[in-house]
Amino acid sequence: MASVDSERQGGPNLNATAVKILVAGGFGVGKTTMVGSVSEIPPLSTEEMLTELSVGVDDLAGVEGKTTTTVALDFGRITISSELILYLFGTPGQGRFWFMWDELAYGALGAVVLADTRRLDSCFPSVDFFERRNIPFIVAVNCFDGADLYQPEEVRQALAVDEKVPIILCDVRQRESCKQVLLTLIEYIIALAPALAGDRSPAVTSS
Amino acid sequence: MMSGDESWFDEAAGPLVRPYAMTRGRTRPASNKLDMITLVVAVRADVDTVTLDPEYAEILRLCQRPLSVAEVSAQLDLPLVVVKVLLSDLIDSGYMIFRPPMRATRVPDKNLLQAVLDGVRRL
Ligand SMILES: Nc1nc2c(ncn2[C@@H]2O[C@H](COP(=O)(O)OP(=O)(O)OP(=O)(O)O)[C@@H](O)[C@H]2O)c(=O)[nH]1
Ligand SMILES: [Mg+2]
Repeated sequence: MASVDSERQGGPNLNATAVKILVAGGFGVGKTTMVGSVSEIPPLSTEEMLTELSVGVDDLAGVEGKTTTTVALDFGRITISSELILYLFGTPGQGRFWFMWDELAYGALGAVVLADTRRLDSCFPSVDFFERRNIPFIVAVNCFDGADLYQPEEVRQALAVDEKVPIILCDVRQRESCKQVLLTLIEYIIALAPALAGDRSPAVTSS
Repeated sequence: MMSGDESWFDEAAGPLVRPYAMTRGRTRPASNKLDMITLVVAVRADVDTVTLDPEYAEILRLCQRPLSVAEVSAQLDLPLVVVKVLLSDLIDSGYMIFRPPMRATRVPDKNLLQAVLDGVRRL
């Protein structure tokens, strides 16, 4: 278990650790469905405000004055024990939400990039993001019914991801399948840990 | 509840929407670094509803067990930025404590990862 920070003496013992895994991918690829399939609670939704400071100039064209829009972010929870809680965050894939990605990615154990073989390109930005930050990720291909089934190796070629990155097929509506995706990711992170540990410098997180 | 060094919207910013009014116009927590999965919990079981503003009292009622900042935001249906300000107030004034997510290094603890793996296997 990670070391316990004692923020204050004498209060209730807050000795739980929270960790998070991101579920990223293009629009409508099944992120929320996957979060819901493994979460112990129905996916919750929280919003982050997008103020003019975080909006690109283009987005403000034609908008008068100060604007505040919000972006919904959904997440689920898996209470592993009284000391360990795993949160899964569905990460909005559209470029205009990227201002949130840094906070989302900060401290994440790793990420699942969901891919839809009918629109493989929609997961390119997610793959780029995690590769650049050295955040461990795997690719899970959501097999929508009727979608052309590609072999993982074909997907790997199309995405040009490293040979070591696991690529698996899944059905985000099936709990067992989603569980398998998470296990694959966590095992991959564990396998990577020694390599990452050898490079503890801050450079690990910079792009 | 006020620590005095908050940033305020200037008057020219126009009418405040309700969430901003609730945080008295402040847009970022005064001191504490809270992120989405920072866990927070109320220090005491009884909630002083007489002197506390309703939003604060509601948070304290909700946080009788550890919840993440994101969960508080979702449950109260308030944006994260607003919830972070309210929570910082409660932390600064000793009503709540928080536990930042592990992050000292980029590399998660091996035992922690193993515990996550075992936990997901048991699902
Ligand atoms: N037939 C089929 N439908 C699916 C599958 N996965 C997801 N869907 C449906 O596809 C739609 C989009 O799924 P979501 O889980 O909302 O996708 P999302 O990635 O969260 O979407 P956004 O948050 O809008 O980007 C929903 O109506 C799902 O029910 C699948 O494997 N097969
Ligand atoms: Mg969604």
